[in-house]
Amino acid sequence: MSVGAPKIPVVVAEVVEVNALIKRFRFQRRDGAAMPVFSGGSHVVVEMDDHGTRRMNPYSLMSHPADTLGYEISVRRDEVGRGGSLYMHTHVRPGMEMVLSQPVNLFPLDARAKKHLMIAGGIGITPFLAQMAQVEAMGGRFELHYSVRSPALGAYVEHLQEQYGSRVHVYYDELKQQIDLKTLLKSQPLGTHIYVCGPKGMIAWVKATAAAMGWPALAVHSEEFLAPPVGLAFEVQLAASGKSFTVQPNQSLLEAIEAAGVEAPYLCRGGACGQCETDVLRCDGHIEHNDHWLTDAQKASHTKIMPCVSRFRGAALILDR
Amino acid sequence: MTKTMFEPSITSRPVYGVLSPGVGSAHLFVADGEGADAVCDLFAKAEAAEMKAASHIIYMPGANGCDKTADLQALGVAQFYRAPSFASAQSRLAKVLADAHMGLQIYAAGTEGLMAQVAALAQAAGLPYEAVQMEHRGSLARRVQCVHCKGVTENVRLDPFHCSHCGLSLFVRDHFSRRLAAFQGVNIDAEDPGQVPASVERFK
Ligand code: FES
Repeated sequence: MSVGAPKIPVVVAEVVEVNALIKRFRFQRRDGAAMPVFSGGSHVVVEMDDHGTRRMNPYSLMSHPADTLGYEISVRRDEVGRGGSLYMHTHVRPGMEMVLSQPVNLFPLDARAKKHLMIAGGIGITPFLAQMAQVEAMGGRFELHYSVRSPALGAYVEHLQEQYGSRVHVYYDELKQQIDLKTLLKSQPLGTHIYVCGPKGMIAWVKATAAAMGWPALAVHSEEFLAPPVGLAFEVQLAASGKSFTVQPNQSLLEAIEAAGVEAPYLCRGGACGQCETDVLRCDGHIEHNDHWLTDAQKASHTKIMPCVSRFRGAALILDR
Repeated sequence: MTKTMFEPSITSRPVYGVLSPGVGSAHLFVADGEGADAVCDLFAKAEAAEMKAASHIIYMPGANGCDKTADLQALGVAQFYRAPSFASAQSRLAKVLADAHMGLQIYAAGTEGLMAQVAALAQAAGLPYEAVQMEHRGSLARRVQCVHCKGVTENVRLDPFHCSHCGLSLFVRDHFSRRLAAFQGVNIDAEDPGQVPASVERFK
């Protein structure tokens, strides 16, 4: 979590290969104490020491929110990314000591909803596993529509069908199955809220379709963590702390600020929460805004940057940090 | 007629817009008194023509006697229902909301008390507050909750006024409760009993 919040020292209790691309990790506290109870949709930031590079990646908690003995996450292996998921897949073993942030929820269920309509794409299923357990325990109404590439890659499909029966609908791309979104959205009772987590295109499709059918924007919830993109190295100067350094191609600006020993605020590290927003004092060049927090006008003005995902190209960048 | 201008106030005080044709599978209008004009203005727009077959209007005359039933009936929407008061329309509203699907557009027009009660019902049905379009027309008389006895007095025009339930002299605040659909009234002479300023007609 953000500056000063206590972290959770954990030990890896279990690593399970779910399928060819996904591994599940279970963490328990090193001191044997209980984990904080969380709400479905929460994520934790997992700290990794990747051969000298400190990586901090957010992952949705998928275990039962009432399970205080441990937390579980699922990690999809990303071959082309900066290496966080590869590190989790190839280096993390049971017994290893790691550090987690406190859980933070940027994708909570709206308790005022009469029904929760969940739409998941691929690894986007993970927050819903915790949310479904939570809604079920509270006696709420929900329905899951889960789209995956193939039966072999359909993580947790069997478990979900067994647990929740006909409330779970699975669609396989390989079998040319697609969610019939218009029909689905047309038949929802008043007070239904939509939750969508998956690839960018899927989120945009669900939001646009719902809006065109008269759904209020505030009844459509989504979560998409952006992985910080790789890019060219660039120089940055921090005015308040008086430091200058280079941000490496596979390092985010936030990671570089932290590596320079400067404490900076963050929550999601994925361009979604707004916590890391930083004032730009000087920008001779072009900021590559990769977040979905700043407005288009703010982005164009080059006066703000979200260091967790955004980068810079040009002669000089000075931040108020 | 243009929309009513309200003095800038605290953020709790609701502000209203102008009704405009929404996109959706069905349209529910609830209006009182002069609110009928806002509904008629909406249907005067060309884009609203195809909405008529999927529209339902629930109307009650204003507390000031303003009754524009004929204007609304002349619109020729799928369903028109006239109720003597909001209370008497409530069971119908509850039924409409219970049977509705997402895609329903809700519009409220007229007095603040009416609009607030429609928005509260929509929220209780699981919709976000922002999902209800609202346009103020007609009287500015307020629906006020006495924060002491919790009784609600309708059509408050004077400030301070006597709570119709417990009789205390109440100062009418701009502090508004979305849940109760009412402004808050607080005892004005709690510290100096009997020192009550003269009432003025603040809400016409
Ligand atoms: S940390 Fe959440 S937007 Fe940067």
